[in-house]
Amino acid sequence: MHSFGFRANALLTFSVTILALLCAIASLSDNLNSPSPSAQVQVLNINWFQKQPNGNDEVSMTLNISADLQSLFTWNTKQVFVFLAAEYETPKNSLNQISLWDGIIPSKEHARFSIHTSNKYRLIDQGSNFRGKEFNLTLHWHVMPKTGKMFADKIVIPGYRLPKEYR
Amino acid sequence: MGWIADTVDSVKSIQLRQALIQIVNLGLIVSSALMIWKGLMCITGSESPVVVVLSGSMEPGFKRGDILFLHMSKDPIRTGEIVVFNIDGRDIPIVHRVIKVHERQDTGEAYILTKGDNNDMDDRVLYNHGQNWLQNHHIMGRAVGFLPYVGWVTIMMTEKPVLKYILIGALGLLVITSKD
Repeated sequence: MHSFGFRANALLTFSVTILALLCAIASLSDNLNSPSPSAQVQVLNINWFQKQPNGNDEVSMTLNISADLQSLFTWNTKQVFVFLAAEYETPKNSLNQISLWDGIIPSKEHARFSIHTSNKYRLIDQGSNFRGKEFNLTLHWHVMPKTGKMFADKIVIPGYRLPKEYR
Repeated sequence: MGWIADTVDSVKSIQLRQALIQIVNLGLIVSSALMIWKGLMCITGSESPVVVVLSGSMEPGFKRGDILFLHMSKDPIRTGEIVVFNIDGRDIPIVHRVIKVHERQDTGEAYILTKGDNNDMDDRVLYNHGQNWLQNHHIMGRAVGFLPYVGWVTIMMTEKPVLKYILIGALGLLVITSKD
């Protein structure tokens, strides 16, 4: 009843239970945080805009992205993955989402940023629908916790339009 | 001299009963573990509700040995989500982030491109030759939760199978020999 094995077992069970409980509480405590992030995105320039030989439109643009995501960070936040996606609709596809830029924010100090970049991933359509196309730019973020539930949200910035002609 | 035989009989019956109880206990543990696993499969709708991260391609978010909880819901896949997918003809599933989605108007079929956070290139190099997109049937689930380090136990067991047998043997021995 009071052998070494039983005591070791009881101690192990107890410590694992407490650890699991702490992890659950840490994850739940994220719900207490109500973040208020902000973001602005400008398309500074259309670098080039053309039709590929296979018939798909491709465009390259220069962007200015500034955001303040400091309020997303809590004590249980390991990192925030942030990315900007172009979103538009075409006759064939009800939704096209293309990531243009992404970044990993490791800590709260880096969560207020302003960057000037051309699109990191190629913006290619499935087809040739880009001329005069209206699209949204959406800043998404995915919060990765130290432990527990991941969550995500976004800011949609509508009202961008591509040029009417290739250049 | 009848009481000696009686005593021997009673001692024998106690041992037999105890052995039976231990066997039932062992069966109980095995079947409840199986029930938990199958129950999780039912709740999450995913073939493998829990996966262990095996590579560093998603660092610093997920490290080798971390555990991910998967969920397979009807919701369509969107960019930024971390999905687990299986390329046709390969055994080991991959955990990467979605960077492009094209969703068909008529069928709702999605064309998905993924990339590991820590990789420079997107995953077209990992897909089969000539395959540009993942489709819905490749996706096994999306990651919803995260637990660090716990997966090291399984990584160690798969890499050193001896450990597995030692552990199972020791646990079995413990259950059978322990007395309540």
